[in-house]
Amino acid sequence: MQIDHDALVVGAGGAGLFAALELAKSGVSTGVLTKLYPTRSHTGAAQGGVCAALGNVEEDHWEWHMFDTVKGGDYLVDQDAAEVLAREAVECIIDLEHMGLPFNRTPDGKIDQRRFGGHTRNFGEGPVRRACFAADRTGHMILQTLYQNCIKAGVRFYDEYHVVDLLFEGGDGGDGGRAAGVVGYRIADGELHTFRAKAVLLATGGNGRMFRITSNAHSLTGDGMALVYRHGIPLEDMEFYQFHPTGLYRLGILLSEAARGEGGTLLNRDGERFMSRYAPKLMELAPRDMVSRAIYLEIRDGRGAGPDGDYVYLDVHHLGRQVIEEKLPDITDFARVYLGVEPLKEPVPIVPTAHYAMGGIPTDLRARVVRDERNAVVDGLFAAGEAACVSVHGANRLGTNSLVDLLVFGRRAGREMAAYCRVAEMPAVAADAPAPVRAELDDLRGRPRGESPAVLRTELQATMMANVGVFRTGEMIATAVRDVASLKERYERVRVEDRGSVFNTDLLEARELGYLLDGAEAMAHSALARTESRGAHSREDFPERDDAHWLAHTLAYRGEPGPTLRYKPVTVTRFEPKPRTY
Amino acid sequence: MQVDLRILRFDPQRDPAPHWERYTVEADPMDRVLTLLHVVKEEQDGSLTFRRSCGHGVCGSDAMLINNRNRLACKIRVDQLGTKITVAPLTGLPVVKDLVVDMEGFFAKYRSVLPFFVNDSPPPPRERIQSPAARARYDDTTKCILCAACTTACPSFWARPSYVGPAAIVNAHRFVFDDRDEAGEERLELLADGDGVWRCRTVFNCVDACPRGINITRAILEVSRAAVERSA
Repeated sequence: MQIDHDALVVGAGGAGLFAALELAKSGVSTGVLTKLYPTRSHTGAAQGGVCAALGNVEEDHWEWHMFDTVKGGDYLVDQDAAEVLAREAVECIIDLEHMGLPFNRTPDGKIDQRRFGGHTRNFGEGPVRRACFAADRTGHMILQTLYQNCIKAGVRFYDEYHVVDLLFEGGDGGDGGRAAGVVGYRIADGELHTFRAKAVLLATGGNGRMFRITSNAHSLTGDGMALVYRHGIPLEDMEFYQFHPTGLYRLGILLSEAARGEGGTLLNRDGERFMSRYAPKLMELAPRDMVSRAIYLEIRDGRGAGPDGDYVYLDVHHLGRQVIEEKLPDITDFARVYLGVEPLKEPVPIVPTAHYAMGGIPTDLRARVVRDERNAVVDGLFAAGEAACVSVHGANRLGTNSLVDLLVFGRRAGREMAAYCRVAEMPAVAADAPAPVRAELDDLRGRPRGESPAVLRTELQATMMANVGVFRTGEMIATAVRDVASLKERYERVRVEDRGSVFNTDLLEARELGYLLDGAEAMAHSALARTESRGAHSREDFPERDDAHWLAHTLAYRGEPGPTLRYKPVTVTRFEPKPRTY
Repeated sequence: MQVDLRILRFDPQRDPAPHWERYTVEADPMDRVLTLLHVVKEEQDGSLTFRRSCGHGVCGSDAMLINNRNRLACKIRVDQLGTKITVAPLTGLPVVKDLVVDMEGFFAKYRSVLPFFVNDSPPPPRERIQSPAARARYDDTTKCILCAACTTACPSFWARPSYVGPAAIVNAHRFVFDDRDEAGEERLELLADGDGVWRCRTVFNCVDACPRGINITRAILEVSRAAVERSA
């Protein structure tokens, strides 16, 4: 079956829904495809806040937010993009409030704001209250509010459609072709549908499920990233992957940075606030890459807590019952439910957890996908949110800036797509456009014997966690490169047990494993080549940042046997790179 | 410890009717039921089918009937259930396969109560002002994750499937008591009809089922009271 819309949005998290809303408001026929239900998207798991220089509780300026973003990203941030981010954050927050989002309020009824890691006043002088929030379920409220407004605007949703291929006209995506639509697999019955459109947005989120300990949902398998990679479009800066400092011990479930923003402390086995040795000025509110490294070093140097000395503590008990119950209710519940720990009385065992891809599908400021170092645009193809790399996060994302990114660039994507749809013609698609992916799925489902995808996924998660984690060396990353290559080879022979067509999650999980392997390949190769330490990419064999050679974005193109790496310059406008201390 | 796990299985392409299957799973008391389902799927039967996403109780994908109560599989632990655990799909929605139910009817009811903010006056250049007390008035019902645990635990819904159900009323409440919203009257009118708030018999199953701890029965009573005051 073929379905036509002017615009398609793939993924129904914050970026996708904001884009869809803008498109609907412009009167563009829009379809949103999601492999879940929209309200299950992982934007809903974001907890602590969304930064915008409203200045509601103390002086603040978008220039300060821009500076913090650039410095937090260890100067790999494209500064024109960071400027857009910091400026438009303010209108996006006001926009959301006007759509009904229930922000917490100040005593005089304005949007309340709190501190968050790496966000400072006056270019680094000290913490500033910039994060707008709705208790510790800010992402939930953003997702709900955008979904509610999409319903109000009459957006057409295709719930539980798994997008399994991208369609192009006049050549492949990496080869000058323009976007023409997608192939959607209807999970309910296994039918493949051709969705034709002038403009396609990829808002498919991240790929944290390649790591053993992660805050990411099971569904975060980097589908959009892998699909563009397979069509000749590069992935940018994949070596920069964020480990959030405070994941629940063993599980990786996130405890928001808001806990530290409200005054929570990090303690080692001796009860020492160890951050004083790593970031004396910002302490626990230093950027995430630095705090995660500090935790690793504490554990490695024998100051970890517990019988195996393999975690540290997040302590909030001194904040008092009222602050904890009003401002941090969900994460308190997580500690109780998942570890059986009572945060009102005792500190919570935590470890760094794989959290966020700074890299992704390269885009320009208009959310258009670009395919080379000269920023050649892939007509009709857009990307936003965690799936994209614009690049506002550079080598390390600041807390809350993921939500800011998906709002600002999701909204921009919707507006750009609407403008594009007004002038573009409907592309042509082949009569049997799903044929190539149907062959792949039939092959995967039809093998009489083979290895279990779950075994391969577990091995992938183990090697990525051990070798491409918080600290890396050339030797470790080379091990991961070899492991991923061997897993890709074994992947050609995995077997799916469920042969049915109705709600076959066995098949889809096997398909998703292929996406994870593509993302891991791009990540490991990009990391091996970058012989410096910058932001979240911390090489023990190359501990210094090296601006002379590496102030550049990586572009990884799929190839055999491994990807080809190219580089493009970083845009520097206001802030010259400086050493990064806090 | 060993858990004796019984799962109600149904594959519409193979089975004439749902049937129980038994699995023995090695588990830690702190494991969640979702972990056990993953162990079965990965090690014993890849065709076992269930929805899940975030894995920590905020996305609402994995509500199911666990030891005869509606729970999120990712939020209920083995030590809370014991070594004999039964898992079945939510009651009152059509089963698609195994633990997956058709959610469309549930979402249609949600959409029917105008579950969105309405205020047609031109907005100010900055945020609308709302006092912390006014914000607190509807805080509880903003927590809903649309998992359907409440509605599918409700005897009034089982008896009368056209009843709009607790989840939809919770989402109406979130706007009815928001002092920035202007469509309260319209929502109350929708909810005052024969399939609306009057169907609630205050059985409190919904409160027991809610993984977000929302006081759903109170929310329904507040909406009922507002509907009465409106018609008085």
